[in-house]
Amino acid sequence: MTKPKFAMYWAASCGGCEIAVLNIHEKILDVDANFDVVFWPVAMDAKYKDVEAMDDDSILLTLFNGGIRNDENDHIAKLLRKKSKILVAFGSCACEGCIPGLANFSPIHEIMDTAFNTISTENPENIRPQSIYDMPEGKIHIPTLYPILKTLDQVVDVDYYMPGCPPESHQIEAVIDLVIQVLQGKAELPPKGATIGAGGSTVCDECKRKRNVKTIQEFTRIQFITPDPELCLLEQGIPCNGPATRSGCNARCPSVGAQCIGCYGPAADVEDYGARLIAAYGSIIDANEPDEIDRILDGLVDPAGQFYRFNLAGSMLRAGNSALKSVD
Amino acid sequence: MNEETKPFEPTIIGFTCNWCSYRAADMAGTARMKYSPNVRLIRLMCSGRFDPTFAFQAFANGADGVLVSGCHPGDCHYINQNYKMLRRFLLMKRVLKQMDIEPGRIKLLWASAAEGAIFADEINKFVEQVRELGPLKWKENIIAIEQPMLEEVAV
Repeated sequence: MTKPKFAMYWAASCGGCEIAVLNIHEKILDVDANFDVVFWPVAMDAKYKDVEAMDDDSILLTLFNGGIRNDENDHIAKLLRKKSKILVAFGSCACEGCIPGLANFSPIHEIMDTAFNTISTENPENIRPQSIYDMPEGKIHIPTLYPILKTLDQVVDVDYYMPGCPPESHQIEAVIDLVIQVLQGKAELPPKGATIGAGGSTVCDECKRKRNVKTIQEFTRIQFITPDPELCLLEQGIPCNGPATRSGCNARCPSVGAQCIGCYGPAADVEDYGARLIAAYGSIIDANEPDEIDRILDGLVDPAGQFYRFNLAGSMLRAGNSALKSVD
Repeated sequence: MNEETKPFEPTIIGFTCNWCSYRAADMAGTARMKYSPNVRLIRLMCSGRFDPTFAFQAFANGADGVLVSGCHPGDCHYINQNYKMLRRFLLMKRVLKQMDIEPGRIKLLWASAAEGAIFADEINKFVEQVRELGPLKWKENIIAIEQPMLEEVAV
Protein backbone atom coordinates (compact mmCIF):
# COMPACT_ATOMS: atom_id res chain seq x y z
CA MET A 1 0.00 0.00 0.00
CA THR A 2 1.31 3.45 -0.81
CA LYS A 3 1.72 5.75 2.13
CA PRO A 4 -0.25 9.01 2.33
CA LYS A 5 1.75 12.06 1.34
CA PHE A 6 3.01 14.74 3.69
CA ALA A 7 4.37 18.21 2.92
CA MET A 8 5.68 21.07 4.98
CA TYR A 9 6.49 24.54 3.72
CA TRP A 10 7.95 27.74 5.12
CA ALA A 11 6.91 31.14 3.87
CA ALA A 12 7.75 34.33 5.84
CA SER A 13 8.98 32.65 9.00
CA CYS A 14 12.15 32.02 10.99
CA GLY A 15 12.48 28.25 10.66
CA GLY A 16 11.63 27.64 14.31
CA CYS A 17 8.54 25.66 13.35
CA GLU A 18 10.69 23.19 11.40
CA ILE A 19 12.96 22.82 14.43
CA ALA A 20 9.88 22.25 16.59
CA VAL A 21 8.78 19.42 14.28
CA LEU A 22 12.21 17.82 14.48
CA ASN A 23 12.11 18.33 18.24
CA ILE A 24 9.52 15.59 18.62
CA HIS A 25 12.48 13.20 18.77
CA GLU A 26 11.76 9.55 17.91
CA LYS A 27 8.17 10.43 17.02
CA ILE A 28 9.61 11.69 13.76
CA LEU A 29 10.10 8.00 12.90
CA ASP A 30 6.32 7.55 13.12
CA VAL A 31 5.95 10.37 10.62
CA ASP A 32 8.33 8.56 8.31
CA ALA A 33 6.64 5.19 8.91
CA ASN A 34 3.17 6.51 8.13
CA PHE A 35 3.81 9.19 5.54
CA ASP A 36 5.67 9.67 2.32
CA VAL A 37 7.33 13.08 2.66
CA VAL A 38 7.00 14.61 -0.79
CA PHE A 39 7.89 18.24 -0.21
CA TRP A 40 9.74 19.83 2.68
CA PRO A 41 12.29 22.39 1.50
CA VAL A 42 14.19 22.58 4.78
CA ALA A 43 14.66 18.83 5.06
CA MET A 44 14.84 17.47 1.52
CA ASP A 45 15.45 18.54 -2.02
CA ALA A 46 12.33 19.12 -4.08
CA LYS A 47 11.44 21.63 -6.74
CA TYR A 48 8.29 23.69 -7.08
CA LYS A 49 7.68 22.11 -10.46
CA ASP A 50 7.56 18.69 -8.77
CA VAL A 51 4.67 19.96 -6.65
CA GLU A 52 3.05 21.56 -9.67
CA ALA A 53 3.15 18.18 -11.42
CA MET A 54 1.28 16.42 -8.60
CA ASP A 55 -2.42 15.61 -8.87
CA ASP A 56 -4.84 17.93 -7.07
CA ASP A 57 -5.65 16.79 -3.52
CA SER A 58 -2.88 14.22 -3.72
CA ILE A 59 -1.06 15.41 -0.57
CA LEU A 60 -2.97 14.28 2.49
CA LEU A 61 -1.45 16.66 5.02
CA THR A 62 0.40 19.94 4.52
CA LEU A 63 1.79 21.90 7.44
CA PHE A 64 2.23 25.45 6.22
CA ASN A 65 4.24 27.77 8.39
CA GLY A 66 5.04 31.41 7.77
CA GLY A 67 3.07 34.45 6.71
CA ILE A 68 2.47 35.67 3.15
CA ARG A 69 4.97 38.45 2.58
CA ASN A 70 5.64 38.22 -1.17
CA ASP A 71 4.28 36.74 -4.39
CA GLU A 72 6.34 33.58 -4.01
CA ASN A 73 4.73 32.84 -0.61
CA ASP A 74 1.37 33.59 -2.17
CA HIS A 75 1.95 31.33 -5.15
CA ILE A 76 3.09 28.37 -3.05
CA ALA A 77 0.21 28.85 -0.61
CA LYS A 78 -2.26 28.62 -3.49
CA LEU A 79 -0.38 25.73 -5.07
CA LEU A 80 -0.28 23.72 -1.85
CA ARG A 81 -3.93 24.47 -1.20
CA LYS A 82 -4.76 22.93 -4.56
CA LYS A 83 -2.60 19.88 -4.01
CA SER A 84 -3.51 19.21 -0.37
CA LYS A 85 -6.51 17.57 1.21
CA ILE A 86 -5.75 19.00 4.64
CA LEU A 87 -3.96 22.33 4.89
CA VAL A 88 -2.87 23.32 8.38
CA ALA A 89 -1.80 26.87 9.27
CA PHE A 90 1.12 25.72 11.37
CA GLY A 91 2.57 28.09 13.93
CA SER A 92 1.90 31.68 14.81
CA CYS A 93 3.13 33.22 11.51
CA ALA A 94 0.67 31.30 9.35
CA CYS A 95 -2.14 31.71 11.89
CA GLU A 96 -1.80 35.37 12.81
CA GLY A 97 1.35 36.94 11.33
CA CYS A 98 3.67 36.64 14.33
CA ILE A 99 6.93 38.63 14.47
CA PRO A 100 7.21 39.12 10.66
CA GLY A 101 3.73 40.65 10.88
CA LEU A 102 5.06 43.46 13.09
CA ALA A 103 6.39 44.97 9.85
CA ASN A 104 2.74 45.88 9.18
CA PHE A 105 3.28 48.88 11.46
CA SER A 106 5.58 50.41 8.83
CA PRO A 107 5.13 51.42 5.20
CA ILE A 108 7.08 49.32 2.77
CA HIS A 109 9.58 52.08 1.85
CA GLU A 110 10.58 52.31 5.52
CA ILE A 111 11.10 48.56 5.66
CA MET A 112 13.36 48.77 2.61
CA ASP A 113 15.24 51.76 4.07
CA THR A 114 15.86 49.85 7.28
CA ALA A 115 17.05 46.79 5.41
CA PHE A 116 19.25 48.54 2.86
CA ASN A 117 20.18 52.01 4.10
CA THR A 118 20.74 52.01 7.83
CA ILE A 119 24.08 52.29 9.52
CA SER A 120 24.55 48.52 9.67
CA THR A 121 24.40 48.20 5.87
CA GLU A 122 27.24 49.32 3.63
CA ASN A 123 25.33 50.51 0.56
CA PRO A 124 26.72 53.86 -0.66
CA GLU A 125 25.21 53.54 -4.13
CA ASN A 126 21.78 52.83 -2.68
CA ILE A 127 21.42 49.58 -4.57
CA ARG A 128 17.99 48.03 -4.09
CA PRO A 129 16.79 44.61 -5.19
CA GLN A 130 14.69 44.70 -8.35
CA SER A 131 11.97 42.14 -8.79
CA ILE A 132 12.74 41.83 -12.49
CA TYR A 133 16.22 42.43 -13.87
CA ASP A 134 17.58 42.15 -17.38
CA MET A 135 20.77 40.11 -17.57
CA PRO A 136 22.63 39.25 -20.78
CA GLU A 137 21.40 35.68 -20.27
CA GLY A 138 17.77 36.80 -19.97
CA LYS A 139 15.34 38.22 -17.42
CA ILE A 140 15.73 37.13 -13.82
CA HIS A 141 12.99 37.36 -11.23
CA ILE A 142 13.02 37.59 -7.49
CA PRO A 143 9.83 37.63 -5.41
CA THR A 144 8.03 40.97 -5.07
CA LEU A 145 7.27 42.20 -1.56
CA TYR A 146 3.63 42.79 -0.71
CA PRO A 147 2.66 46.05 1.03
CA ILE A 148 1.63 44.18 4.18
CA LEU A 149 2.15 40.68 5.49
CA LYS A 150 -0.94 38.49 5.36
CA THR A 151 -1.87 35.42 7.27
CA LEU A 152 -2.42 32.15 5.43
CA ASP A 153 -6.20 32.29 5.76
CA GLN A 154 -6.27 35.76 4.25
CA VAL A 155 -4.94 34.15 1.06
CA VAL A 156 -6.35 30.62 0.90
CA ASP A 157 -8.90 28.44 2.64
CA VAL A 158 -7.39 26.84 5.75
CA ASP A 159 -8.61 23.58 7.30
CA TYR A 160 -6.98 23.74 10.73
CA TYR A 161 -5.02 26.17 12.82
CA MET A 162 -2.14 25.12 15.01
CA PRO A 163 -0.91 28.12 17.00
CA GLY A 164 2.33 28.67 18.87
CA CYS A 165 5.70 30.24 18.27
CA PRO A 166 6.65 27.55 17.73
CA PRO A 167 3.96 24.97 18.53
CA GLU A 168 5.02 22.99 21.58
CA SER A 169 6.54 19.60 20.78
CA HIS A 170 4.06 17.67 22.95
CA GLN A 171 1.23 19.33 21.01
CA ILE A 172 2.79 18.40 17.66
CA GLU A 173 3.18 14.81 18.87
CA ALA A 174 -0.47 14.73 19.88
CA VAL A 175 -1.59 16.03 16.50
CA ILE A 176 0.58 13.53 14.63
CA ASP A 177 -0.82 10.73 16.80
CA LEU A 178 -4.32 11.91 16.02
CA VAL A 179 -3.71 12.00 12.26
CA ILE A 180 -2.20 8.50 12.36
CA GLN A 181 -5.23 7.25 14.32
CA VAL A 182 -7.51 8.86 11.76
CA LEU A 183 -5.59 7.04 9.03
CA GLN A 184 -6.13 3.76 10.88
CA GLY A 185 -9.81 4.54 11.28
CA LYS A 186 -9.57 4.81 15.07
CA ALA A 187 -10.42 8.48 15.41
CA GLU A 188 -12.17 11.27 13.55
CA LEU A 189 -10.85 14.59 12.42
CA PRO A 190 -12.06 17.68 14.31
CA PRO A 191 -14.50 19.99 12.48
CA LYS A 192 -13.00 22.15 9.75
CA GLY A 193 -11.66 25.48 10.95
CA ALA A 194 -10.83 24.11 14.40
CA THR A 195 -7.74 25.09 16.33
CA ILE A 196 -5.75 21.94 17.00
CA GLY A 197 -2.81 21.23 19.25
CA ALA A 198 -3.85 23.85 21.80
CA GLY A 199 -6.21 24.31 24.71
CA GLY A 200 -9.59 25.97 24.74
CA SER A 201 -8.91 28.29 27.62
CA THR A 202 -6.37 30.97 28.52
CA VAL A 203 -2.80 30.84 29.74
CA CYS A 204 -3.97 32.25 33.10
CA ASP A 205 -6.13 29.18 33.45
CA GLU A 206 -3.09 26.91 33.21
CA CYS A 207 -0.82 29.17 35.26
CA LYS A 208 -0.02 27.90 38.75
CA ARG A 209 0.69 31.32 40.24
CA LYS A 210 -1.51 32.70 43.02
CA ARG A 211 -4.12 35.17 41.92
CA ASN A 212 -5.90 37.85 43.94
CA VAL A 213 -7.96 40.86 42.99
CA LYS A 214 -5.61 42.78 40.74
CA THR A 215 -4.87 46.45 41.32
CA ILE A 216 -1.84 48.00 39.69
CA GLN A 217 -0.28 51.25 40.83
CA GLU A 218 2.64 50.95 38.47
CA PHE A 219 3.74 48.89 35.48
CA THR A 220 7.30 47.71 35.55
CA ARG A 221 9.45 45.49 33.34
CA ILE A 222 10.79 42.06 34.06
CA GLN A 223 14.43 43.26 34.05
CA PHE A 224 13.81 45.82 36.80
CA ILE A 225 12.50 43.57 39.56
CA THR A 226 12.95 40.12 40.96
CA PRO A 227 9.41 38.80 40.72
CA ASP A 228 7.80 36.96 43.58
CA PRO A 229 7.93 33.28 42.55
CA GLU A 230 4.40 32.51 43.76
CA LEU A 231 2.35 35.54 42.82
CA CYS A 232 0.63 36.39 39.52
CA LEU A 233 3.06 38.43 37.40
CA LEU A 234 0.43 40.91 36.28
CA GLU A 235 -0.37 41.66 39.93
CA GLN A 236 3.28 42.55 40.35
CA GLY A 237 2.99 45.08 37.53
CA ILE A 238 4.71 42.99 34.88
CA PRO A 239 2.74 43.24 31.61
CA CYS A 240 1.71 39.61 31.11
CA ASN A 241 -0.48 38.68 28.16
CA GLY A 242 -1.92 35.58 29.82
CA PRO A 243 -5.52 36.86 30.14
CA ALA A 244 -6.08 36.93 26.36
CA THR A 245 -3.75 34.17 25.20
CA ARG A 246 -4.82 30.66 24.27
CA SER A 247 -3.75 27.86 26.57
CA GLY A 248 -1.79 24.87 25.37
CA CYS A 249 1.76 25.60 26.47
CA ASN A 250 1.22 24.69 30.16
CA ALA A 251 1.94 28.33 31.02
CA ARG A 252 5.56 27.68 30.22
CA CYS A 253 6.84 31.26 30.50
CA PRO A 254 4.99 32.46 33.63
CA SER A 255 5.95 29.27 35.45
CA VAL A 256 9.63 30.19 35.15
CA GLY A 257 9.12 33.87 35.99
CA ALA A 258 8.85 35.35 32.53
CA GLN A 259 5.69 37.12 31.41
CA CYS A 260 3.45 35.56 28.76
CA ILE A 261 4.11 37.36 25.48
CA GLY A 262 1.15 35.79 23.71
CA CYS A 263 2.67 33.37 21.20
CA TYR A 264 -0.31 30.99 21.28
CA GLY A 265 -2.50 33.75 19.90
CA PRO A 266 -5.99 34.79 20.89
CA ALA A 267 -8.02 32.51 23.15
CA ALA A 268 -11.14 30.90 21.72
CA ASP A 269 -13.62 33.73 22.33
CA VAL A 270 -11.25 36.63 21.67
CA GLU A 271 -12.11 38.59 18.54
CA ASP A 272 -9.29 41.08 18.70
CA TYR A 273 -6.35 40.10 20.83
CA GLY A 274 -5.01 43.59 21.47
CA ALA A 275 -8.45 45.00 22.25
CA ARG A 276 -9.01 42.22 24.78
CA LEU A 277 -5.75 43.10 26.51
CA ILE A 278 -6.58 46.82 26.51
CA ALA A 279 -9.83 45.88 28.26
CA ALA A 280 -8.02 43.61 30.72
CA TYR A 281 -5.25 46.07 31.59
CA GLY A 282 -7.68 48.98 31.75
CA SER A 283 -9.77 47.24 34.35
CA ILE A 284 -6.93 46.57 36.78
CA ILE A 285 -5.27 49.99 36.88
CA ASP A 286 -5.78 51.44 40.34
CA ALA A 287 -6.54 55.06 39.51
CA ASN A 288 -9.54 57.15 38.53
CA GLU A 289 -7.98 60.51 37.67
CA PRO A 290 -6.89 60.91 34.02
CA ASP A 291 -3.46 62.27 34.96
CA GLU A 292 -2.78 59.44 37.37
CA ILE A 293 -4.01 56.86 34.84
CA ASP A 294 -1.69 58.36 32.23
CA ARG A 295 1.24 58.22 34.66
CA ILE A 296 0.61 54.50 35.21
CA LEU A 297 0.17 53.90 31.47
CA ASP A 298 3.55 55.55 30.84
CA GLY A 299 4.99 52.38 32.39
CA LEU A 300 3.83 50.46 29.34
CA VAL A 301 6.63 51.47 27.02
CA ASP A 302 5.20 50.13 23.76
CA PRO A 303 1.55 49.17 24.20
CA ALA A 304 0.85 48.33 20.55
CA GLY A 305 3.96 46.14 20.43
CA GLN A 306 3.02 44.56 23.74
CA PHE A 307 -0.52 43.73 22.60
CA TYR A 308 0.15 42.84 18.97
CA ARG A 309 3.55 41.20 19.11
CA PHE A 310 2.20 38.05 17.49
CA ASN A 311 -1.16 39.13 16.26
CA LEU A 312 -0.97 42.30 14.18
CA ALA A 313 -1.53 40.77 10.73
CA GLY A 314 -4.36 38.62 12.06
CA SER A 315 -6.01 41.42 14.05
CA MET A 316 -9.09 43.38 13.03
CA LEU A 317 -7.10 46.34 11.72
CA ARG A 318 -4.37 44.11 10.24
CA ALA A 319 -1.78 46.88 9.91
CA GLY A 320 -0.81 50.40 10.87
CA ASN A 321 -2.42 53.23 8.95
CA SER A 322 0.86 54.35 7.38
CA ALA A 323 1.46 50.87 5.94
CA LEU A 324 -2.02 50.84 4.41
CA LYS A 325 -1.81 54.37 3.08
CA SER A 326 1.50 53.70 1.36
CA VAL A 327 -0.40 51.73 -1.29
CA ASP A 328 -2.36 54.73 -2.55
CA MET B 1 -22.98 68.69 -6.80
CA ASN B 2 -20.77 65.94 -8.14
CA GLU B 3 -18.67 63.56 -6.04
CA GLU B 4 -15.60 65.79 -6.28
CA THR B 5 -17.08 68.93 -4.74
CA LYS B 6 -19.29 67.29 -2.12
CA PRO B 7 -17.95 67.96 1.36
CA PHE B 8 -16.67 64.87 3.13
CA GLU B 9 -19.31 63.45 5.47
CA PRO B 10 -17.61 61.41 8.17
CA THR B 11 -19.20 58.26 9.56
CA ILE B 12 -18.97 58.18 13.33
CA ILE B 13 -20.03 55.32 15.54
CA GLY B 14 -21.10 56.43 19.00
CA PHE B 15 -21.46 54.24 22.06
CA THR B 16 -23.71 55.63 24.77
CA CYS B 17 -24.79 54.30 28.13
CA ASN B 18 -28.43 53.59 28.83
CA TRP B 19 -28.71 55.76 31.93
CA CYS B 20 -27.10 59.09 31.10
CA SER B 21 -25.71 59.73 27.66
CA TYR B 22 -28.36 57.88 25.67
CA ARG B 23 -30.96 59.85 27.60
CA ALA B 24 -29.05 63.03 26.82
CA ALA B 25 -29.35 62.13 23.14
CA ASP B 26 -33.02 61.40 23.72
CA MET B 27 -33.48 64.74 25.36
CA ALA B 28 -31.77 66.52 22.48
CA GLY B 29 -34.21 64.70 20.22
CA THR B 30 -37.38 65.48 22.15
CA ALA B 31 -36.30 69.10 22.52
CA ARG B 32 -35.86 69.16 18.73
CA MET B 33 -32.27 70.31 18.92
CA LYS B 34 -30.51 69.88 15.61
CA TYR B 35 -27.12 68.20 15.46
CA SER B 36 -25.01 66.52 12.80
CA PRO B 37 -26.56 63.29 11.52
CA ASN B 38 -23.11 61.71 11.10
CA VAL B 39 -23.14 59.86 14.41
CA ARG B 40 -24.75 56.42 14.60
CA LEU B 41 -25.50 55.77 18.22
CA ILE B 42 -25.35 52.33 19.75
CA ARG B 43 -26.82 52.00 23.21
CA LEU B 44 -24.96 49.99 25.82
CA MET B 45 -26.24 49.38 29.32
CA CYS B 46 -23.14 51.09 30.70
CA SER B 47 -20.06 52.75 29.23
CA GLY B 48 -18.17 50.04 31.16
CA ARG B 49 -19.61 47.63 28.60
CA PHE B 50 -17.60 49.44 25.93
CA ASP B 51 -15.05 46.95 24.70
CA PRO B 52 -12.12 48.39 22.68
CA THR B 53 -12.97 45.63 20.18
CA PHE B 54 -16.02 47.71 19.21
CA ALA B 55 -13.82 50.65 18.22
CA PHE B 56 -11.39 48.45 16.28
CA GLN B 57 -14.26 46.81 14.47
CA ALA B 58 -15.82 50.19 13.66
CA PHE B 59 -12.58 51.51 12.17
CA ALA B 60 -11.91 48.28 10.28
CA ASN B 61 -15.37 48.49 8.72
CA GLY B 62 -15.09 52.04 7.52
CA ALA B 63 -15.86 54.38 10.43
CA ASP B 64 -13.97 57.69 10.46
CA GLY B 65 -14.42 58.31 14.16
CA VAL B 66 -15.60 56.67 17.37
CA LEU B 67 -17.40 58.36 20.24
CA VAL B 68 -17.72 56.83 23.68
CA SER B 69 -20.08 58.47 26.08
CA GLY B 70 -21.09 57.73 29.64
CA CYS B 71 -22.28 59.17 32.95
CA HIS B 72 -20.14 61.80 34.62
CA PRO B 73 -17.42 60.45 36.94
CA GLY B 74 -19.06 59.53 40.22
CA ASP B 75 -22.51 59.26 38.65
CA CYS B 76 -22.27 55.76 37.15
CA HIS B 77 -25.42 53.70 37.52
CA TYR B 78 -23.13 50.74 38.19
CA ILE B 79 -21.00 52.54 40.81
CA ASN B 80 -17.63 52.87 39.04
CA GLN B 81 -17.70 51.21 35.63
CA ASN B 82 -17.31 54.50 33.78
CA TYR B 83 -13.87 54.82 35.39
CA LYS B 84 -13.02 51.43 33.94
CA MET B 85 -14.04 52.74 30.54
CA LEU B 86 -11.93 55.86 31.07
CA ARG B 87 -8.83 53.74 31.72
CA ARG B 88 -9.52 51.53 28.71
CA PHE B 89 -10.16 54.58 26.58
CA LEU B 90 -6.84 56.20 27.51
CA LEU B 91 -4.94 52.99 26.82
CA MET B 92 -6.78 52.42 23.55
CA LYS B 93 -5.93 55.95 22.47
CA ARG B 94 -2.23 55.18 22.90
CA VAL B 95 -2.47 51.98 20.89
CA LEU B 96 -4.42 53.63 18.08
CA LYS B 97 -1.86 56.42 17.97
CA GLN B 98 0.88 53.86 17.43
CA MET B 99 -1.18 52.51 14.55
CA ASP B 100 -1.20 56.02 13.05
CA ILE B 101 -4.87 56.64 13.76
CA GLU B 102 -5.09 60.27 14.88
CA PRO B 103 -6.17 60.69 18.52
CA GLY B 104 -8.72 63.21 17.21
CA ARG B 105 -10.74 60.37 15.72
CA ILE B 106 -11.85 59.13 19.10
CA LYS B 107 -13.69 61.11 21.69
CA LEU B 108 -14.78 60.56 25.23
CA LEU B 109 -17.83 62.52 26.34
CA TRP B 110 -19.42 62.63 29.78
CA ALA B 111 -23.08 63.59 29.51
CA SER B 112 -25.82 63.39 32.09
CA ALA B 113 -29.46 62.76 31.20
CA ALA B 114 -30.12 66.49 31.57
CA GLU B 115 -27.37 67.56 29.19
CA GLY B 116 -29.08 67.23 25.83
CA ALA B 117 -27.77 70.59 24.64
CA ILE B 118 -24.21 69.77 25.65
CA PHE B 119 -24.47 66.38 23.97
CA ALA B 120 -25.69 67.92 20.69
CA ASP B 121 -23.05 70.63 20.83
CA GLU B 122 -20.19 68.22 21.53
CA ILE B 123 -21.29 65.93 18.70
CA ASN B 124 -21.27 68.86 16.29
CA LYS B 125 -17.76 69.77 17.41
CA PHE B 126 -16.55 66.19 17.08
CA VAL B 127 -18.03 65.79 13.61
CA GLU B 128 -16.24 68.95 12.46
CA GLN B 129 -13.02 67.73 14.04
CA VAL B 130 -13.22 64.39 12.18
CA ARG B 131 -14.26 66.14 8.97
CA GLU B 132 -11.09 68.19 9.27
CA LEU B 133 -9.01 65.02 9.61
CA GLY B 134 -10.50 63.59 6.42
CA PRO B 135 -11.63 60.08 5.59
CA LEU B 136 -9.81 57.20 7.26
CA LYS B 137 -10.60 54.78 4.40
CA TRP B 138 -9.45 51.71 6.31
CA LYS B 139 -11.69 49.30 4.47
CA GLU B 140 -10.90 50.80 1.06
CA ASN B 141 -7.17 50.57 1.74
CA ILE B 142 -7.45 46.92 2.76
CA ILE B 143 -9.41 46.18 -0.42
CA ALA B 144 -6.79 48.05 -2.46
CA ILE B 145 -4.13 45.81 -0.94
CA GLU B 146 -6.14 42.72 -1.78
CA GLN B 147 -6.71 43.81 -5.37
CA PRO B 148 -3.40 43.00 -7.09
CA MET B 149 -3.34 39.68 -5.30
CA LEU B 150 -6.83 38.77 -6.43
CA GLU B 151 -5.75 39.22 -10.03
CA GLU B 152 -2.98 36.74 -9.52
CA VAL B 153 -5.40 34.00 -8.53
CA ALA B 154 -5.76 33.40 -12.23
CA VAL B 155 -2.21 31.89 -12.29
